[in-house]
Amino acid sequence: MEAAIIGVGMTTIEKSKVGETYADLAWEAVNKALNDAGLGIDDIDNVITTSSDFWDGRTISCMAVGDASGVRYKNCSAVEGDGTFGAAYALARSLSGDYKTTLVTAHSKGSESISSIITNAAFDPIYERGLGMDMISACAMQARAYMHATGTTPEQLALVSCKNHKNAKDNPYAQLPMDITVKDVLSSEMIADPLHKLDCSPVSDGCCAIIIANADFVKKIKAKPVWIKGVAFCSDAYFMGDRDLSKAKALEEAAKKAYSMAGITNPQNEINVAEIYDAFTYQELMWIEGLGLAEYGKAGLMLEKGIFNRDGKLPVNPSGGLLSGHPVIAAGLYRIAEVVLQLRGEAGGRQVNAKRGVAHGVNGLCGQSHCVWVLDKEK
Amino acid sequence: MGKRRVAIVGTGQTHHRSHRPDVNGRELIHEAVTRALEDADLSIKNIDAVIIGNMDHFEGINYVDCWSIDGSGGYHKPVIKLTTGGTTGSTLAIGGYHFVASGMFDKVLIIGWEKNSESDTTGAITTAFDPVWDRLVFAGAISGLAVEAQSYMAKYGATDRDGARVSVRDRKHACNNPYAQLRKEVTLEEVLASPMLADPIHLLDVCPRTDGACAVIMASEDYAEKITSTPDWIWATANRHKYTYLGDVNWGELDSMAEASKDLFKKCGITEPRKQIDVIEMYQPYSFAGIIWIEDMGIVPRGKGAEYIWSGATDMGGELPINPSGGVIACNPIGATGLIRCAEAALQVMGKAEARQVPDVNFAVSTGFGGCMWTDMLLHGKKKPNL
Repeated sequence: MEAAIIGVGMTTIEKSKVGETYADLAWEAVNKALNDAGLGIDDIDNVITTSSDFWDGRTISCMAVGDASGVRYKNCSAVEGDGTFGAAYALARSLSGDYKTTLVTAHSKGSESISSIITNAAFDPIYERGLGMDMISACAMQARAYMHATGTTPEQLALVSCKNHKNAKDNPYAQLPMDITVKDVLSSEMIADPLHKLDCSPVSDGCCAIIIANADFVKKIKAKPVWIKGVAFCSDAYFMGDRDLSKAKALEEAAKKAYSMAGITNPQNEINVAEIYDAFTYQELMWIEGLGLAEYGKAGLMLEKGIFNRDGKLPVNPSGGLLSGHPVIAAGLYRIAEVVLQLRGEAGGRQVNAKRGVAHGVNGLCGQSHCVWVLDKEK
Repeated sequence: MGKRRVAIVGTGQTHHRSHRPDVNGRELIHEAVTRALEDADLSIKNIDAVIIGNMDHFEGINYVDCWSIDGSGGYHKPVIKLTTGGTTGSTLAIGGYHFVASGMFDKVLIIGWEKNSESDTTGAITTAFDPVWDRLVFAGAISGLAVEAQSYMAKYGATDRDGARVSVRDRKHACNNPYAQLRKEVTLEEVLASPMLADPIHLLDVCPRTDGACAVIMASEDYAEKITSTPDWIWATANRHKYTYLGDVNWGELDSMAEASKDLFKKCGITEPRKQIDVIEMYQPYSFAGIIWIEDMGIVPRGKGAEYIWSGATDMGGELPINPSGGVIACNPIGATGLIRCAEAALQVMGKAEARQVPDVNFAVSTGFGGCMWTDMLLHGKKKPNL
């Protein structure tokens, strides 16, 4: 594809950025991305912001960050959902030939939100909402279905948490760097069986920005581009009863398409690093399999063998993932930014040896809708 | 210009009503989608991706892209949600154009919808504005519009009778549109005698609340010409979402419209919009905008809007008919409204607008309005654009 990511900017992810508004967060991330690309705001010809009216408690939530994202004299638009989807629209604009440089932002302040009420509103108002369902209770059902179908154990889930929190120790943007053991995870508070507190991602504040440019523009600048090789998204059925919750079919389809665009036939061998939407421990394993990076039901065993560790054959979430910081709407865009840093060799203490990487984001309940990005050092 | 030509090949709308208790949101969406597919003689299997939008706080449903699958037909397809407030519908159309122009998809289904009967519309809109600086002094949409109208009247001496003339036009036009919600002619006197909502805006100057959905199918050149012999080519898009704070707005002029139309017309080589454009479907939520915004669009000089309206030039049969559909004053399912403008402009170009058809349309403009005095625009053409 004739487009590349030429700049990334992230705020630190924190439990509460009480001193900063959405605009303050966007301002910081946008300026970091511009500096990273060696550009000024006048070099940007259009802007996509990504936000959620529900998570922000604000109608037309994009309005809160418009000024700070530099939309004033530019064409712009706004996506609601995960940042990977915002970036997908930005990519379309870059490839359309209408624009050279698209700035993408995504922000969330979980500290100002009540997750259970907000995610309850994602359920059907007539049939499901009254049951009191929310993201955690739904994902607990999915975790149970996945464990039942694959024989994945609570210990294997716990190991995801240990790995990711440890990885976060080398990520200056992460909220929860920790050394923890499987025992610590299993003895942490039970939130919704089988999910313990340490199986769940935290409530977080943060903003991420990236700049996507078309190939002609990339030639003219000094910034180190990371090339976009494949992007695809796909949605599964809405009602949980219409889906086999133990499988991520929509992710499999999105991954298949993204790999085909990138000319990848054997993702396990051809992908060197993955940043995955691990809102819960079981999700990292399920999504690894959905992305074709492990056979179905085998991710837990591969994890035990250390394959997904930072020094393993296929490092997954070397940044610490969402388990170490989960600014909801921004979470997927952070995944893209992290893969970009890895491929540029600028990931500091969390650097792995990678030429090609995959980043992943999710919309809706229990991974109903997935977006997959394949990024490469080379064009 | 884009790398690939993009055209609208099918449109569908619900028969918009103030209250549709017979359907839920998904069923409402399904009605519009089915009609658009029928119009293009396509099946949902032919659709590569779905782009959907509304305003969350009206229906209180989170992740609408995911929730709406059974109505949109997005099952195991790429589905993405765009939302920008009142401009949502036009934002969706602009999104569809870019997804096809990019080569990522060949045929996209674009859906805007709203069930405003389920909402406290003013309550939900009020939360759009900054909680510290704006929210306590500006309630909902109508207060901002009243400020705009007052500022314009103070600058250019327009009267509420001028505004009423626009309302008379749009409400008359709506009688030709079977999909419009309010289809009743009114007189100037009736508009002026209707209750004052926010001075100078009377009840009959302003849009209603509506339940409705609209679907538009866009296709790349290869497919478009096979699907229909009269594709509506999208020549270009432009928008400006200039402001975050109401206090920053240059009241009395719509800067976002002035800048977006300049950008749009430049991209398409339109130098004399009044002569070159044959019809406009404007997201004009209240009557005074019909005077002010045609000045910002460059149709007439500053301060000359009312004179142009009174001349009858924007009526059906006039030099440049505006809102043959009856526009937003006759019907406003907010998340769908901008897309309805786009669909109506497409019908005009395709020659499918029936009783509301303007003869010989070569160029049509559709617009969206919303947010903090923001504007979206699309230029539609009968001929193919240059690449």
